[in-house]
Amino acid sequence: MHELGIAMAILERVEREAAAHAPARPVRVGVRIGEFSGVDRDSLAFGFEALVKNSALEPLALEVEYCRRRYACRACGSEFAVENYELDCPQCGSSDTHFAGGDELDIAYIEVEDQ
Amino acid sequence: MSRVVVEQKVLNENQRIAAELRARFQEAGLLCLNFISAPGSGKTSLLEKTLAAFKEGERVAVLTGDIQTENDARRLQRYGFPARQITTGGTCHLDARMIEKALADWELPELDYLLIENVGNLVCPSSYDLGEAAKIVVMSVTEGEDKPLKYPSIFHKSELCVINKADLLPHLRYDIAMARRNVRQVHPQMEIIEVSCVTGLGLQPWMTWLRERRTAAVAAPAQP
Repeated sequence: MHELGIAMAILERVEREAAAHAPARPVRVGVRIGEFSGVDRDSLAFGFEALVKNSALEPLALEVEYCRRRYACRACGSEFAVENYELDCPQCGSSDTHFAGGDELDIAYIEVEDQ
Repeated sequence: MSRVVVEQKVLNENQRIAAELRARFQEAGLLCLNFISAPGSGKTSLLEKTLAAFKEGERVAVLTGDIQTENDARRLQRYGFPARQITTGGTCHLDARMIEKALADWELPELDYLLIENVGNLVCPSSYDLGEAAKIVVMSVTEGEDKPLKYPSIFHKSELCVINKADLLPHLRYDIAMARRNVRQVHPQMEIIEVSCVTGLGLQPWMTWLRERRTAAVAAPAQP
C-alpha cells in the first residue's frame, strides 16, 4: 500500500503547477500507470480522492491511462500487448521479442482553468 | 481549459536522489544490490550466509529495512561488517532518501559491496529505485510457484531470482520446474539460482554471481 505516497507525489507536482498559474486552478491531472508499475489503480484513486477532499485543490480530477505490458518483435518490427504471458509475436510467430513498455508511472499533463 | 504537458516520472524526486546515489556508488567502485522478497522468504538468512562467505579483504556494508525492530541489523552485525537498520515506522518500502540518510558517515570508496535488504514486500519496493546496480528477488519453495505471475512488476525489474529453502524440496509438492517457467514468462532473461541457507546448496554459484556482478558494475556504469 504505497499508493497514498504515490498520490502525494502527484499532488505535490500539481501544487507546484497551481502556484505557477495562480489564480487559475488546476482541474485535472493525467497519469500513466503501467501493468508492471507495481501500482494498483483503485488504491491510487482511493488515496488521491482522500487527499484532495477538503484540500485547496478540491475539486481535482485524476485521469489514469492504464498501459498494458507491451513487447516488440525484432523479426517483423511489430509491437503488441502481451496477453496471458504469451511473449511470441502474434504477427509472425517469432520468439525474438523484447520488452517495449508497461512499467510507466508518469505524470503526463495537468489541465488548468483559463483565466 | 489549457493543458500543461508535464511528462515526468511521478517519483521524480526519488529518481533524482537514486541517480545521485548510483553515480556515487559507481565512482566509489562498489556494487550496490537491492534484495526484495515477501516476508519470510529468507533475505536475512541469505545475507548472513553471504557475509559468512566473503573472504578477508572483501569490504562489505549492509543496510536492512523493516517497519519495526532492530533485530535484523543485530543478526547481521555478528559477521564483522558494518550493518545498519532502517526502521521505516510503517512505510512498506525503502526509498532513495532513506538510503542517502542511512549511509551518513560511511566512506563509500572503502567498500566493495553495499547490500540493501528491503522491507519484506513484493509490491511497493518495486516502484522505488534506490540507486542499486541490480535488484535481486528472493522467493522460497514454501510459497506458491505462481509468485512471479502474481507479482510480475518485481520479477520484471530484477536481474536475478534466488529460489531459497531448496533443501525443503523433497518434503513439498512444490514444482520447481513450473516455478522456473513462471519466472521466465515474466522475465525471459532472468538468471535463477537455487539455494539453501541450511545446507549451503547453491551458495557457491551465488557468490560467484555476486563477484562477477561487481566486476561488471565497476567496469561499466549501471543503468537504472
